[in-house]
Amino acid sequence: MTFASILIQLLNGLAAASSLFLVSAGLSLIFGVTRIVNFAHGSLYMLGLYAAYSLIELLGRTPLGFWSAVVLASIAVGLVGAAIEVVVLRRIYRAPELFQLLATFAVVLVIKDAALFAWGAEDLVGPRAPGLGEAVQIMGKRIPVYDLLLIAAGPLVLGIMWLLLARTRWGALVRAATQDREMVGALGVDQAKLFTSVFFVGALLAGLGGALQIPREPANLDLDLSVIADAFVVTVVGGLGSLGGAFLAAILIGVAKAFCIGIGTVHVFGFEIIFSKLVMVVEFVIMGVVLVLRPYGLLGKKPALQRAIGDILPPLTSPRWQVAVAWIVLFLLIPLFADRYVVVLMTDIACFALFAASLHFIMGPAGMVSFGHAAYFGLGAYAAALLFKRAGLPMEAALLLAPFCAGLFALVYGWFCVRLSGVYLAMLTLAFAQISWSVVFQWDALTGGSNGLVGIWPSAWLAGKSAYYYMTLALCGAGIALLWRVLFSPFGYALRAGRDSPLRAEAIGIDLRSFQWAAFALVGGLAGLAGAVFAFSKGSISPSAVSIAQSTDGLVMVLLGGVETLTGPVVGAAIFTWLRDEVARRTEFWRAVLGLTILAIVLLFPQGLVGGLKALANRWREARA
Amino acid sequence: MLTRNRLLAGAAALVALSSVAPASAQGPIKIGELNSYKIFAAFLEPYKKGWELAVEEVNAAGGVLGRKIEIVSRDDNGNPADAVRAAEELLSRENVSFLIGTFPSNVGLAVADFAKQRKTLFIAAEPLTDKIVWDAGNAYTFRLRTSTYMQTAMLIPDAAKLAKKRWAIVYPNYEYGQSATAAFKKLLTAKQPGVEFVAEQAPPLGKIDAGAVAQALADAKPDAIFSSLFGPDLAKFVREGQQRGLFKGVEVFNLLAGEPEYLDPLKEESPDGWYVTGYPWSEIKTPEHAKFLAAYQAKFKDYPRLGSIVGYSTVMSAVAAIKKAGSLDQEKLVAAMKGLQHSTPFGDITYRALDHQSTMGAYVGRIGVKDGKGYMKEWRFVDGKDALPTDDEVKKMRPN
Repeated sequence: MTFASILIQLLNGLAAASSLFLVSAGLSLIFGVTRIVNFAHGSLYMLGLYAAYSLIELLGRTPLGFWSAVVLASIAVGLVGAAIEVVVLRRIYRAPELFQLLATFAVVLVIKDAALFAWGAEDLVGPRAPGLGEAVQIMGKRIPVYDLLLIAAGPLVLGIMWLLLARTRWGALVRAATQDREMVGALGVDQAKLFTSVFFVGALLAGLGGALQIPREPANLDLDLSVIADAFVVTVVGGLGSLGGAFLAAILIGVAKAFCIGIGTVHVFGFEIIFSKLVMVVEFVIMGVVLVLRPYGLLGKKPALQRAIGDILPPLTSPRWQVAVAWIVLFLLIPLFADRYVVVLMTDIACFALFAASLHFIMGPAGMVSFGHAAYFGLGAYAAALLFKRAGLPMEAALLLAPFCAGLFALVYGWFCVRLSGVYLAMLTLAFAQISWSVVFQWDALTGGSNGLVGIWPSAWLAGKSAYYYMTLALCGAGIALLWRVLFSPFGYALRAGRDSPLRAEAIGIDLRSFQWAAFALVGGLAGLAGAVFAFSKGSISPSAVSIAQSTDGLVMVLLGGVETLTGPVVGAAIFTWLRDEVARRTEFWRAVLGLTILAIVLLFPQGLVGGLKALANRWREARA
Repeated sequence: MLTRNRLLAGAAALVALSSVAPASAQGPIKIGELNSYKIFAAFLEPYKKGWELAVEEVNAAGGVLGRKIEIVSRDDNGNPADAVRAAEELLSRENVSFLIGTFPSNVGLAVADFAKQRKTLFIAAEPLTDKIVWDAGNAYTFRLRTSTYMQTAMLIPDAAKLAKKRWAIVYPNYEYGQSATAAFKKLLTAKQPGVEFVAEQAPPLGKIDAGAVAQALADAKPDAIFSSLFGPDLAKFVREGQQRGLFKGVEVFNLLAGEPEYLDPLKEESPDGWYVTGYPWSEIKTPEHAKFLAAYQAKFKDYPRLGSIVGYSTVMSAVAAIKKAGSLDQEKLVAAMKGLQHSTPFGDITYRALDHQSTMGAYVGRIGVKDGKGYMKEWRFVDGKDALPTDDEVKKMRPN
């Protein structure tokens, strides 16, 4: 690279960083005050692009039309954000931590289908910015004027936000709420209004980030999920709640990506390294490194101790053995009276139930939320497939060895993860998952790359769907039973103690970190078992088993069923899998229907399905007594 | 604890779940279709209209084997595991006769392998991957669409004629882009020894950082560029490349960019002079196409995209196979598919017995801009059979 190229790539990186910063700033603000992991933030960004496109068409492709459209689109998106807060989120602030994530996940589904309905499926390429559509020469190379304007927009917004936060009463309240929102409430500040206004501003920033991209990015339906991961990474690398940190992180990631592209292909000692292929993972590598070295991000501070806003967690109750036996008998009878497809669906449900139960173990009782649980599911599946196809092991051996491979990865990843806590820990698990995903996705020779591997079918004696179902039931059932049993062993009690009060747990001599590490390996192995069983039931495996979508599905299942109950995740897995299957078959706009259904469940049962039913049962019994 | 009630509710749910409706033999012939409708909506909405039109026409003409046909369609969510489950549901609950559809390579390959396992015919509509008929080909899978290799091969004569020495390549980093790039390098080097590939960029699908990519390609000072970008990636690359002067004095070849799905959104910025494969729908005057175009526009008040052709032709292939087999027996259907000939809006096609690839062709031409819209100029139709490797090469790649 010549000096001129380096300079231009630096400018490219800075331009990309600006839009990244705008989205992340809103996310960071919302999280800081409300503690909500707003999964729908990418959808708001996408709406910003669509709204700006339509408004420009309406107002005309003049400078006035363009800039009015950008402003109006941002405000419109801000209002959408405020509406989401008022209609949905306000009702569930007292729900267990992270439950709001489920609601925002549902909102993502609804917004995606709403956008498809309103704007159609074709990509909408907006106009260049009027008057700024040309390029300028810098050292003999051309760079669009608009990119230079974007580079200026980042610091400008940072400055405005700083003024707002540092110099206004609203800003003082936001800062206070970020530190201790219970106290702010106790001092008589109307939290509802504060939260709504924060959502408005956060969503407005996302909308602005989207609207400003109109000259650089066609409005399309994939933007929501492609942006949200980037935004989370930037927010966490910068340090939660720190706008300056987010700015720094955006620049770091934007520039790193631009240079990966700029360096291109390099030959070192006869090896060919294609740096441009690293683009898909570089941000997660950066996040991993930053979190390992600085557990609270670049400029983040150790969070002040939050008082739990939800009710105190009830102790877990184990299911009664009579009930368990009845269910097992029912499951065993299914192939006798149900059709073949029900057996297939139940096989899927059993795999996901173990997947969800293992995630629940780590995020519920062990208190370590994982956003990257698909890593172990997917690596278990790939391990089974590779042992079977490449190493030539019999299917049974591959199936039984795979969990140990997944567990091994969990052991390595876990060693780093247990050193962190809260959202930082969750994001580090995501970083490891994404790094695993990109290796699986790109290592063609071993994993089949984006195609994955096919021809992974079970041995003859398990080829029948019923036979395979019984085996799945046995393995996944044993896995779930083991997890539940462990929770009521001294090991499980120690983990729960560590979650409820790390300080006291350490004080009575529990080596918490080792316990958590062991828990990581255990759930990793069992998620791997679920993945291996799943792979052989499908006959093929592809990188989507390791993807963010798979991790998200797991979270949705656990939260839907209820994180505070033992059986919740299993019920959640069953309901979610069944619902998606059923809804997708019946309607064209199945995402919206699924999203609205989840929203209804969220609003009716803020403790999750099983939690809600338990509460209802309790109330009914009390009324009778 | 409400245990009994919960148990009952659960049991009731399970019974509801398993309600079986056996299909009567006298009803319509059911064909199972699956595709990633929500993930690749821009291509698959017109595709769906295409097969709806085909179904209407077939049934208006009395159906096949004296029965009407019915398509039972499922969304596979772009996920191979979901696709396999949907395929299972179509076969075991809907009792469909066989399977058609799919878009992304990984889903196509997973369903193909499933079809082999279940010994069921599968006509892959759109997956472009070469593997589905070659390296990973199987007895039960046939593919309609002009493959990555074929479309790349169709561009090679023009590329070689230009005699450009320095080529830069950009492709979406997954199966389709990778095989297009590999095929292009191999075929061009064979035709034009001494050609150099001076830069290679592989942005993630849907997430191209177009400014940086355009700059990196420009730095390599190429004489020509081969791209397999499509969708939003293509639109971003075109705009940034134009603003940064990347395309000045550089010839560009871009697979698929002439398909209305991807060309139309570019409007007045459509890149003039690019060599592309695509579908100049308004200019094709063959009787087969004119008939299709009139029917399509009458039914949907919209013009067809390439997806419409694929959807329409897939169903036509399925119907032709049933007619030729005279039965719904899988082995007879598969036998009928081998060497099956029928007419499509793109002319007659044959499913080769050798590798189960159809000889559907594609239109090759250059992009022009007229009235603020992109169109294909200087186009010609290349028959698919002329863009395939020799039989010996194919036999070497295919496992059986």
